[in-house]
Amino acid sequence: MHLQLAWRNVWRNVRRTTIILIAVIIGVWSMILLGSLMRGIAVGMIKNGISTLTGHFQIHRNGYRDDPAIENSMPDPSVVESVLKQVLPEGSLWTRRVRVSAVASNARHSAGVTMVGIDPLTEAKLSFIGTAVSSGRYLTPDDHNGIVIGEALLDKFETKIGHKLVLMSQDTHREMASRAFRIIGTFKAEMESTEKQYVFVNREISQKMLKLDAAISEIGIILPDKPDNPNVYHNLKTALPHDQYEVHNWRELLPFQTAYLRILDGFMYIWYLVVFVAMGFGIVNTTLMAVYERMREFGLLKALGMKPWWILREVLTESFLLLITGMIIGNGLGLVSVYALSGSGIDLSALAAGAEYAGMTRIIYPAIDLKDITIANLVVLVLGLCVSAYPAVKAARFTPVEALTHT
Amino acid sequence: MSIDVKMAWRNIWRNPRRTMLTICAIAFASLLLVFMLSFQFGSYETMINTSVKIHTGHLQIHAHEYLKKKSIRQVVSEPQEIAHLLQTIPKIEAYTFRGQAFSLISSKERTYGVAVTGIDPEREATVSRLKSSVREGEFLAESDKDQALVGKLLAKNLHITPGDEVTLLGQGRDGSIAATVVSVKGIYSSGIDEIDRASIHIPLKTFQEIYAMGNAIHEAVIIVESLSDVDAIKRSLNVKLQSQNPDNPLTAVDWEELMPGLRQSIEMDLVSGLIFYLLLIIVVAFSILNTFLMAIFERTKEFGVLMAIGTTPERLTKVLLIESMTMTSVGTSAGIIIGSLITIYFQSRGIDISGASDLLSQFGITGRIYPKLSWISAISGPLAVLIITFFAALYPALKIKKMRPVEAMRAV
Repeated sequence: MHLQLAWRNVWRNVRRTTIILIAVIIGVWSMILLGSLMRGIAVGMIKNGISTLTGHFQIHRNGYRDDPAIENSMPDPSVVESVLKQVLPEGSLWTRRVRVSAVASNARHSAGVTMVGIDPLTEAKLSFIGTAVSSGRYLTPDDHNGIVIGEALLDKFETKIGHKLVLMSQDTHREMASRAFRIIGTFKAEMESTEKQYVFVNREISQKMLKLDAAISEIGIILPDKPDNPNVYHNLKTALPHDQYEVHNWRELLPFQTAYLRILDGFMYIWYLVVFVAMGFGIVNTTLMAVYERMREFGLLKALGMKPWWILREVLTESFLLLITGMIIGNGLGLVSVYALSGSGIDLSALAAGAEYAGMTRIIYPAIDLKDITIANLVVLVLGLCVSAYPAVKAARFTPVEALTHT
Repeated sequence: MSIDVKMAWRNIWRNPRRTMLTICAIAFASLLLVFMLSFQFGSYETMINTSVKIHTGHLQIHAHEYLKKKSIRQVVSEPQEIAHLLQTIPKIEAYTFRGQAFSLISSKERTYGVAVTGIDPEREATVSRLKSSVREGEFLAESDKDQALVGKLLAKNLHITPGDEVTLLGQGRDGSIAATVVSVKGIYSSGIDEIDRASIHIPLKTFQEIYAMGNAIHEAVIIVESLSDVDAIKRSLNVKLQSQNPDNPLTAVDWEELMPGLRQSIEMDLVSGLIFYLLLIIVVAFSILNTFLMAIFERTKEFGVLMAIGTTPERLTKVLLIESMTMTSVGTSAGIIIGSLITIYFQSRGIDISGASDLLSQFGITGRIYPKLSWISAISGPLAVLIITFFAALYPALKIKKMRPVEAMRAV
């Protein structure tokens, strides 16, 4: 009865209600859509960061992160792997990597790169390189002198697939080790800097070249479900001796992205608040109009014995219904737009250098985060009811005599 | 004051509360836009000015296609000619010459590949912030030979401190092997990891000797007095360089070409900002549309009477538009004034961004952001509000034309 009355009152002036509804709908829609785009930027950045040889966790010999040199390699990875087998949840993947800075050169050019020695088959399941080969072919386990480099590096070195590339780096005896490789394939990455930085060779070859024996630089781990699993992190840290190994999660490994994520939340809430204030003025004004128009009615109700509290509740219920209707439609439209964009995403390739400068991926896919949507809706609903309290209190305070004489 | 304006003004204040709320909504949107646009422009300028001062400068002069290939063979062979040329152009604040090469650097324990830059110590200090970013040891002096400045991360990786010796090994301009030993004089931290991890600076004369450069250099780096002069100076430089050597001219490139990412990310930020602002203005427009509409529905009877005694609908439309535009103008003016005051306050104090400093230092922003109030940032946002609310007001105002005096007078 109460709700029904309020609902009918809301629609007494269809045009006015529609207009304020449109304001609420556009507001909520923009919160959902732009929120999901901003979230999408962050998700893309993190996804790309994780797949660019980061993984959800990394294990190194103690001191490697601080000083990523060949002396800080892990001598016997099989010890760590036996721990991983016990600690990690089922379905987790991990791979061994050698990662050293090296100098790549051919007849015309030379540049600093990161040489990554990988197990081609397991690495393909963990990081971007498995799907990134754009021409030529990917490494196979028995390639002896094959090397896969980024397209940008190929361009910069003015070379072609099939040509030679020499890598130089320091081995474990502090001697310069060098080895000639043949370019067998190129990869295309989200960021040009990735293409210029990484060159991939077989792990065993890099170990031989650097006289590492079985030693490796790191173990990268991908969990089957969500990347943040505090239990796994904790278990890994306790299971591996502190003085020998260090464990890092992706948040520690990707400080830039983590910092972005932290700012993003704050930025989004400010945006929600700003949009709300913009429609808040409209909500107050419209509700005020609706209340003043019905002064006589409220006076009469009061004269008949209605308590002020009931009138307050009535007006608030009307606002509540208005807000809820706007929110349902706004959310619906927002989700539909997100869905429409999720297929192709927003392509920033024309601004690729800018996107890269800002650390963003070339294509932005909107990402729905339940937390963002909940907070957006809570802001509108709670603050909407708060500002409606002003006209509602006004209505509750009309005295019957005054109100009935009002024309 | 014409009678119409007077009437409109009085009509507005028939319901002061509603009018105030409407004006507040408009003022809120306007002041927000003034502040945000000033903030954005201010941070762009900070970004550009700090970025050019880290390394690139506003303009550089190179051999043709050097920017693309960065080969040691593409040189500016007569830097003296360039120096004469630059001295004739006004509004150039400072310039310097540099050589660039890629080499291996080894300490006792470690070896890395780095970019070696030959600098003229005295002139370099006027062009870039290298001198002030030296954290340990000292900056190079004019008479120094075989001394080097090393990036902070590189020094850490190499395990070296000022006074230690490092070996450089690379290829000279003529293809010969370039090798030398230099001692570390200072360690700098620019805040940009890429530079701090993989670059060293040595005196230009030493550089020219080691890499068999003769008198040649790779880039002339120029700082101009103001960002807005860059385009004009670039054009006049290119004309003069063309006439100096018509067959194989040197080229002048500006910071946008030197750092394409910076320009594009600014564009991206601006465009996404505009989308936000547009949506905000539309929400405001709808939330005040009701006020404009109410003005006619409440007064239908009154309009009926006015029309019955001979007022033309056009005149009523005009009065209504004057009413809504007066409200909007008052709102936008208030927004501009308050927004400008807030901006000026922060313009002198800066906004502390230390919470995000690890993120923003990569873009050359450190410490504080100073919003920059300009005519564009103060006027363009509120103007957009004015235009959009005008269209919102048009709809109710045009409704008057459909009114019939007799029916209107009967309305309650």
